[in-house]
Amino acid sequence: MIAELGHLLAFLALATAASQSVLGLTTGGAPVRRLAVATGMFTLLSMLTLVISFVRLDFSVELVARNSHSLKPIIYRIAGAWGNHEGSMLLWCLIMAGYGAAGAMFMRGGKLRDRTLGVQGLLTTGSLLYLLIASSPFVRLDDPPLDGGGMNPLLQDPAVALHPPFLYTGYVGLSFVFSIAAAGLIIGKIDREWAARTRPWALTAWSALTIGITLGAIWAYYELGWGGWWFWDPVENASFMPWLVSAALVHSLIVTEKRGGMAAWTVFLAVLAFCLALLGTFLVRSGVMTSVHAFATDPERGIILLIGLGITGGAALALYAWRAPKIMAGPEFDPVSREGALILNNLFLSVAAALVLVGTVTPMFAQALNISLSIGEPYFQLTFAPMMAVLLLFMPLAQASTWRRTEIEPLLKRFWPAMALAIVVAVGAAVLSGKTLWLIPGILVGVWVVAGVAMDLARRVGPGGAGRVFRLPLTVWGMAIAHIGMGLFVIGATAETAARSERTFPLRQGEVAEMAGWTFRFDGVGSAEGPNYLSTRADITVTHDGKTEVIHPEKRFYPVAGTGTTEVAIRKTMGGDVYVALGDTIREEPGVWRIRIAHHPLIDWVFGGAGLIAIGGFVSLAARIRRRVPVTEQAPATEPEVTGKPPATAGAPA
Amino acid sequence: MRKRSQRLWLIGAAAALVAGAIGLGAVALKDTVAFFYTPSDLVDKNVIAEGKSARVGGLVEVGSESHDSDGALVFKITDGKHNLPVIFDGIPPDLFKEGQGVVAEGRFDAQGQLVAKRVLAKHDENYMPKEVYDALKKNAGEAGAEAFMKEPTS
Repeated sequence: MIAELGHLLAFLALATAASQSVLGLTTGGAPVRRLAVATGMFTLLSMLTLVISFVRLDFSVELVARNSHSLKPIIYRIAGAWGNHEGSMLLWCLIMAGYGAAGAMFMRGGKLRDRTLGVQGLLTTGSLLYLLIASSPFVRLDDPPLDGGGMNPLLQDPAVALHPPFLYTGYVGLSFVFSIAAAGLIIGKIDREWAARTRPWALTAWSALTIGITLGAIWAYYELGWGGWWFWDPVENASFMPWLVSAALVHSLIVTEKRGGMAAWTVFLAVLAFCLALLGTFLVRSGVMTSVHAFATDPERGIILLIGLGITGGAALALYAWRAPKIMAGPEFDPVSREGALILNNLFLSVAAALVLVGTVTPMFAQALNISLSIGEPYFQLTFAPMMAVLLLFMPLAQASTWRRTEIEPLLKRFWPAMALAIVVAVGAAVLSGKTLWLIPGILVGVWVVAGVAMDLARRVGPGGAGRVFRLPLTVWGMAIAHIGMGLFVIGATAETAARSERTFPLRQGEVAEMAGWTFRFDGVGSAEGPNYLSTRADITVTHDGKTEVIHPEKRFYPVAGTGTTEVAIRKTMGGDVYVALGDTIREEPGVWRIRIAHHPLIDWVFGGAGLIAIGGFVSLAARIRRRVPVTEQAPATEPEVTGKPPATAGAPA
Repeated sequence: MRKRSQRLWLIGAAAALVAGAIGLGAVALKDTVAFFYTPSDLVDKNVIAEGKSARVGGLVEVGSESHDSDGALVFKITDGKHNLPVIFDGIPPDLFKEGQGVVAEGRFDAQGQLVAKRVLAKHDENYMPKEVYDALKKNAGEAGAEAFMKEPTS
């Protein structure tokens, strides 16, 4: 019964979403609001029924039979509900309808809200139609099996269980930003107030997307067993392109909100971000590429997704082309100003996104011409890294610049200690590690950003002691946290990429391997049994600085799926991770196991930095929620960012 | 600053950046793109040259998996007609198995072996890289590829 109830609830959601879109785009008011909340509730309940089916192991539901198994731990039974194509599409619908319901509850009433809910209803209707027609999760089996087919063991992992909800809150959250943009275009009101009302949603989606991508990277790092955290895989790029564009968006929204400038560009980015999210979904789900996300690839689904992308993108761009000429241009400003700096930020981020797009889709176009080629890490390192390095050189200066016009000379004078520190650290790191090519620019930029942002923060606090730190506005904190996170990320990513060391040792029981001041004694393997897997567990005695401990890298075999996973053993140190993976046996020499030992310097800075970026985004969001002053009441001359500064900083002419 | 010059400045900056990016992208593409080959392509098109990077796909030849004196993994990729020796100093993915689909990326050494930097295996038992499927279909006929797809993975 429960699956039929879920199916029915999805149909009810479809009905309310369709009415929501019709009413939202024509009249509006309280009924639209109630319909949006109802759509959210119905999809939520529908998702719950699916989760219940998975938890209760109802194998008469085809999806459960294919993707679950009675021996699977409870957390993966729950996560199994979205660890497959159909369930993840339901999650997609839920997040989309959830944003609609949240918008109905938190947006101020008026035409903008009505039209936004209307467009969101339209998108939700499309998604639910796709769910019900092409990928229903509620299909029953006439002849239920006694047990299920299990879940891809690689996905049975806490980080990856949480990865889809966060990723979708970001990815699909961009649909709501898209809806506000479309609504603003429809009512012909893309102005400062529009930007102020869009920004919290853009920040929410972007921060959640940051977390989702980071969780995926963490999972890849320890679960795939080769210690890489980013492969420039098309699947990763699919989520990274919307991230870059929405990063540009949360910056350009500041210009539109505070100065009324860049409005046409900002609304274009808002449309583009969601179109790229749809493109990413198409790339990942249509089976045009090999990936762990290509659950059950189906060209037919790909075509439907492509049509959906075409309609959504085409309609939005047509609307944009029609309305954009009427969008007011903002006030004038000097190229060297905060506006200029944010434009530079946007140019770099969008060009970087375009370079990633080229690298991602070129192989697919080539495939259509029957040329099979691949574009990998070297391309992205050569193109993306220099773009970001130049962009980040401007970051501290941009943060310290003022609206309309900034004197560059005092800024350069003020920040020279940060640059000096960056040069010293970068050269020092290069001399110490013996790697120069990638290390110097990366470390230089990273240290410069962290030191520069810290200096800017110190200046904003001013003389007067630590007590004043807490008087800084939250918006400043949000920006500083995210920017410092970016700097730490760059330092970590550079160090990890340039200075990681790895080697595979063939070891017999009792033999010792040495690497980077650590010794590893292989004490043989034993077996162990998990809830739904058999494990081959190695005992390796690790000695470092006179301390000894035993670690246990494993190879797990999941009989239900017929495949295995590598569970690495990781020891954290100040300088990075020591990473040990148990490989295979050598056939010609019984008793010899291949053990891969790697050192990943500063790897925690990579994930920690990315986490700080997300936290910074959420802090900025909190600042918005706390203020909640209607923008129209703000006097245009006061800058919230400036209020925390001591009067002395007003030295630069405004 | 006047509206007109403000706009000119903007367009100038954007044009310079885009031109730079196109140049950078073109150079990077030319230098780093790796074409996909099957072992037969390598022979037919005479591709193998020391230092050249390539992406080679096919099946791991049954009985070819072994290790060299340093403990590096050595195996052959076959498409039923020709094969290519591969060296990989790392731990292969969990789904790497003799008789299964595989894609290796790397550069050729002086002996004409592929020194792989990355080895990809199928992500799950129902799926294999499209390139590999197409290559098998071309060389072994549709039946061969289909038969492989249905082969139980035990």
